[in-house]
Amino acid sequence: MPESTTILNAAAIQRALVRIAHEIAERDEASHDLVLIGIQRGGVPLAERLSQILSGIWTHAVPLGQLDVSMHRDDLNGRMAPDVQPTVIPFDITDKTVVLVDDVLFNGRTVRAAMDALNDFGRPKRIQLAVLIDRGHRELPIKADFVGKNLPTSHFESVRVILNEAGRGDEVVLEKP
Amino acid sequence: MTWTRRHLLDIESLSPEEILTVLDTARAFKAVGERAIKKVPALRGKTVVNLFVEPSTRTRISFELSEQRLSADIINFTAEASSLKKGETLKDTARNLEALNTDFIVIRHSASGAPHFLARVINASVINAGDGAHEHPTQALLDLFTIRERKGQIQGLNVTILGDILYSRVARSDIWALTKLGAKVTLCGPSTLIPKDFERMGCRVTYNVEEAIREADIINLLRIQHERQRKTMFPSLGEYSRLFGLTKARLAKTRSDVLIMHPGPINRGVEIDSQIADCGRSVILEQVTNGLAVRMAVLFLLNGGKGPQGVG
Repeated sequence: MPESTTILNAAAIQRALVRIAHEIAERDEASHDLVLIGIQRGGVPLAERLSQILSGIWTHAVPLGQLDVSMHRDDLNGRMAPDVQPTVIPFDITDKTVVLVDDVLFNGRTVRAAMDALNDFGRPKRIQLAVLIDRGHRELPIKADFVGKNLPTSHFESVRVILNEAGRGDEVVLEKP
Repeated sequence: MTWTRRHLLDIESLSPEEILTVLDTARAFKAVGERAIKKVPALRGKTVVNLFVEPSTRTRISFELSEQRLSADIINFTAEASSLKKGETLKDTARNLEALNTDFIVIRHSASGAPHFLARVINASVINAGDGAHEHPTQALLDLFTIRERKGQIQGLNVTILGDILYSRVARSDIWALTKLGAKVTLCGPSTLIPKDFERMGCRVTYNVEEAIREADIINLLRIQHERQRKTMFPSLGEYSRLFGLTKARLAKTRSDVLIMHPGPINRGVEIDSQIADCGRSVILEQVTNGLAVRMAVLFLLNGGKGPQGVG
């Protein structure tokens, strides 16, 4: 029976997102040039929530996209084909500040693939990274700009982020095998 | 679902879930084709051989472009300019190609079962691009993709396949795919070109074209395959056109939302009136666009069918 510990509950997740949104607003003053892109799948609902909070802070809508990185992964060899989700970026990212959003930052390969994929859509002015959980164990020189919670983990553990549409019952769980 | 296949040899052996996985994956690849940069690195460093022992233009071009858009390296191989003409067997040709460390072989062959044979004797992934009158799986998948995109689902639709069924690998693959996903398939054409056997595949067979198309949601027209045809099957193309061609008068007596499909190449004035081919109900060119997305999806999935499930 795997042992699981709740790391963040719904209220804590919401507080972390509000803080990240304020940090983004503080760092990126040119609010009209900022877009949020959630990485499929876990990053997409988080990017939606960040967009809502930021729209409230800035009192204007923040463009929102979603990106699937399966076709750009460096580990397609020797593994099953990943389940490809839609990529929807309904705006030009050239000269924008793109904030990539993901749920868990682990080895960094997803983020590398995401930056590679973004190249095909334009040349952003800068790319920043927002994650709910940074669990360490990076294999690439990648660092998040905005972090909800730093969570030291072992390689064998897994982190699950559970988000519901309504926002009730959200939690982040650390599972030990 | 998890995709575990290394080869795409036919539709007959696919499960409905596998068919839907290809269609879902193809949706993402269709979006790639709509971008300014239409290329992704998914098959970078992989080598694909297009082994077209039987001539083909549109399927070969579609496969080539799909492979290029996945960043694969390509070798094109046609029967006319090859050692098959010098008496080399298919097995030896394929093993020579494999000795060059190729990862995929896309094969078109006039003999039914040639791709299955290749898959048994070599290690590369084999994709059937049409074998004799047997199957043409990627055509069926792109047909289903087009239908699902336009109609939302396949289940419960009335699909009429009209024309040369006997010699058509497209018809066989379409019938397998459509019936697996719950469509009701009607076959219609000259009685010499629709053996009653097809009823065993779960289709309705009728020789009355008006009746066949009246309630159809989809009319899939098939070309008369002159090259496979024996003269005795029906008297003339003119008579075929008069009895079975899709004319404006016949189209007027169908559902207003019927979709007209055709795997190409179309013979205007034979199986289809020229104006119908260009009208708003025709999705013939969408099929061509969707063919790229479906073939990219197939290559992408088969590439992953080799190893264990990876993590994050």
